[in-house]
Amino acid sequence: MNDLLVEATGVQKAFNGVRAIDDGRLSLRRGSVHALCGGNGAGKSTFLSIVMGITQRDGGEILFKGRSVNFQSPAEALANRIAIITQELSPIPGMTVAENLYLGREPRRARVLVRFKALIKQAQDLLDRLGFPVDARARMSSLSLAQIQLVEIAKAFSHDCDVMIMDEPTSAIGERETEVLFSAIRNLTAHGAGIIYVSHRLSEIFQIADDYTVFRDGRYVDSGRIGDIDRSYLVSTIVGRKLNSAEKSRRPVGKPVLESTRLSRKSEFNNISLTVHQGEVLGIYGLMGAGRSEYLNCVYGLTRPDSGEVRLNGRVLPVGHPRKAIQAGLSLVTEDRKETGLVLSASVRDNIALSAYKRLSRLSFINRRKVRTLVETMVGRMRIKTSSVSLPVSSMSGGNQQKVVLARCLSTEPTCLLCDEPTRGIDEGAKREVYKLLDDFVTKGGAAIVVSSEAQEILDVSDRVAIFKSGQLVTVIDGHTTTQEDLLHFAS
Amino acid sequence: MNTETTSLKVPMVQSRAAHMREVYRRYGIVAVLIVLCIVLSFANQYFLTVGNIADILRQTSINGILAVGMTYVVLTAGIDLSVGSTLALAGIISASLVTGAHPHSVMFGLMAGLVVGVAVGAINGVLVARLSVPPFVATLGMLSAARGLTFIYNDGMPVTDLPDGYLNIGTGAIAGVPVPIIIFGVVVVMFWFVLRYTTYGRYVYAVGGNARSAKTSGISTRRIIFSVYVIGGLLAGLAGIILAARTTSALPQAGLSYELDAIAAVVIGGTSLSGGSGSLGGTVVGALLIGVINNGLNLLGVSSYYQQVVKGVIIVGAVLLDASRKKQ
Repeated sequence: MNDLLVEATGVQKAFNGVRAIDDGRLSLRRGSVHALCGGNGAGKSTFLSIVMGITQRDGGEILFKGRSVNFQSPAEALANRIAIITQELSPIPGMTVAENLYLGREPRRARVLVRFKALIKQAQDLLDRLGFPVDARARMSSLSLAQIQLVEIAKAFSHDCDVMIMDEPTSAIGERETEVLFSAIRNLTAHGAGIIYVSHRLSEIFQIADDYTVFRDGRYVDSGRIGDIDRSYLVSTIVGRKLNSAEKSRRPVGKPVLESTRLSRKSEFNNISLTVHQGEVLGIYGLMGAGRSEYLNCVYGLTRPDSGEVRLNGRVLPVGHPRKAIQAGLSLVTEDRKETGLVLSASVRDNIALSAYKRLSRLSFINRRKVRTLVETMVGRMRIKTSSVSLPVSSMSGGNQQKVVLARCLSTEPTCLLCDEPTRGIDEGAKREVYKLLDDFVTKGGAAIVVSSEAQEILDVSDRVAIFKSGQLVTVIDGHTTTQEDLLHFAS
Repeated sequence: MNTETTSLKVPMVQSRAAHMREVYRRYGIVAVLIVLCIVLSFANQYFLTVGNIADILRQTSINGILAVGMTYVVLTAGIDLSVGSTLALAGIISASLVTGAHPHSVMFGLMAGLVVGVAVGAINGVLVARLSVPPFVATLGMLSAARGLTFIYNDGMPVTDLPDGYLNIGTGAIAGVPVPIIIFGVVVVMFWFVLRYTTYGRYVYAVGGNARSAKTSGISTRRIIFSVYVIGGLLAGLAGIILAARTTSALPQAGLSYELDAIAAVVIGGTSLSGGSGSLGGTVVGALLIGVINNGLNLLGVSSYYQQVVKGVIIVGAVLLDASRKKQ
């Protein structure tokens, strides 16, 4: 009996003549977690969708339990006990959690009638068993992003699979939920299942994975046991060159830019007073549900506070008016670039210039020359990789898309930048570039607030760190001397 | 431990809030309907009589039946603009088969009408589900083509002299209840049950809510989409038969712009045009609202020109009210 659950060799796929993957290889052992690593555009997602039958391969071979397979659809893969948690969350918002979990295989009476009670019980049992704090009767549209992700994970677990593919399963959830997920993963591998795990969070890989495989530019580069390598080896293999960790220098701090005074919003956050100065990055760290993003949205004016006020450059911001906040010099880099950050079908040019069109036009006539200058400057400065700025952003990799979001936010020439998970789901190299851009912005006299659920990221960018817990501000600590342990200590 | 218990509470509260929103959403339109009825009952003493209510229901039954099918289509994020034309085509073919020199049986005529509806719906379904023609375009084409065929079929002449058995469908009554109302009731209950309690019904929601997710879950999205247009066609055929029987003749220009009233009923009933959320109960209330408005304005002697304006304002107003409730 073969010990390998999945053995893929020489997998190839091209889209419109462009090679997405050239030589994909991976061997998944029974009862192991296998980390598939690589930067954006390395071909991981294409490789995984081929394994799952979402995309058809051009060449190569995939053995599943020693038998050559070529799945034509995800349903066929599922029938062979292979499940996937994709990077793209795809909930059905109008339906309940239970209905989403068991879509297509509801408990039935007389073959066509849904047994709702049994369905809800089954779903709640599953969620409780996994330790996920989600109500099976709730509608998907009422859940937070993190909860939606937990439901997607639970859905994959519910299939009781031999092979589970997890593509960035933790991109939307906090570290505490990640721990819950990891114990569920360990439980699964103990029963002999194999897991292919993709994450840009390297610390997770070292925490959970047994084996690793690295792809770069669509080709297999290296593989082995995770115990035999260290972090810097993995990073340099992924990137293909040595990477210096973010260098953080202390900058001279100027006058206060953004001040919130006793800002409160019922059941979200309470009595938050924070100040961020010129030349400073203030990090906000906390577990899921600590009220970090909610605070940021309120400062920006997406929601109205119950009490308290926000001052920008000394002037009180009107509440609940993002447009006025932008005019006053605020800009928000959102958490979910696909949903709220970008107009996916629009061109790179339009996405960058969208917020600035007003500034670049007279009597509603857009000054095309000014737009071109702005877009060219931004593309150059951000090192956005695209063959033409007329292409839709949907054709770009996640890292490049995020740079477009940043470019748009900077195009309004803000004095204070609010970033909510600015590097969610993008690779190490692109992350460094985003950090660099933030650093440039702040060094030139800007101020920034960065919300992140990744402790490492907070430490990489912040001069000071504010720690939230259950809607309260616990403390503000110095970002240059703090360690990850400190952050976790205060946040949990 | 502490954080866990707090985070456990969050979704519970949210779901209760969502539930309340749902209640508001559903009963918001019901409240509008009730208020309107109260106002009209004071404005005209004839309004709240058995005879008038039966009138309203009978008039509503045609649009209501179309709106039931439309609800299925709209739930999948589609639209069917061809139901008015399908109604006319099915009506005239069905009626022609039970009249003339060699009339077929009434039952044969009924079946033929339904088959015509199903056939038209199936063509729409193939265009949308298999050939990926946008629903708006596919059914807009059908709106024109089916109407044309209706005129060609009988050289633009109406079919008259329908046999009594056939007329009973439109004008008869069982135990004092007009037949169209009974048919409407049966259709609503049947299709409500299917939507609410069967896997098929849930898949209709799933396809409209997130087609990709539905597909990944092993649901044949094509088959579901195809089927809703067939249902739309079937019910349009049924409505065509009832209309012909009620007006005692099948006119080639029957059902002009009926699709708009059906869509209005669906939208007023709270079904989202982007698919995935809504209910048949809402649609029925929406159809009743339109029926009450038409009837009430007639009773008040408002000219038909003003009626159209008032109807438009009320449709948009109802949906605005609904939107503001949803925001809470």
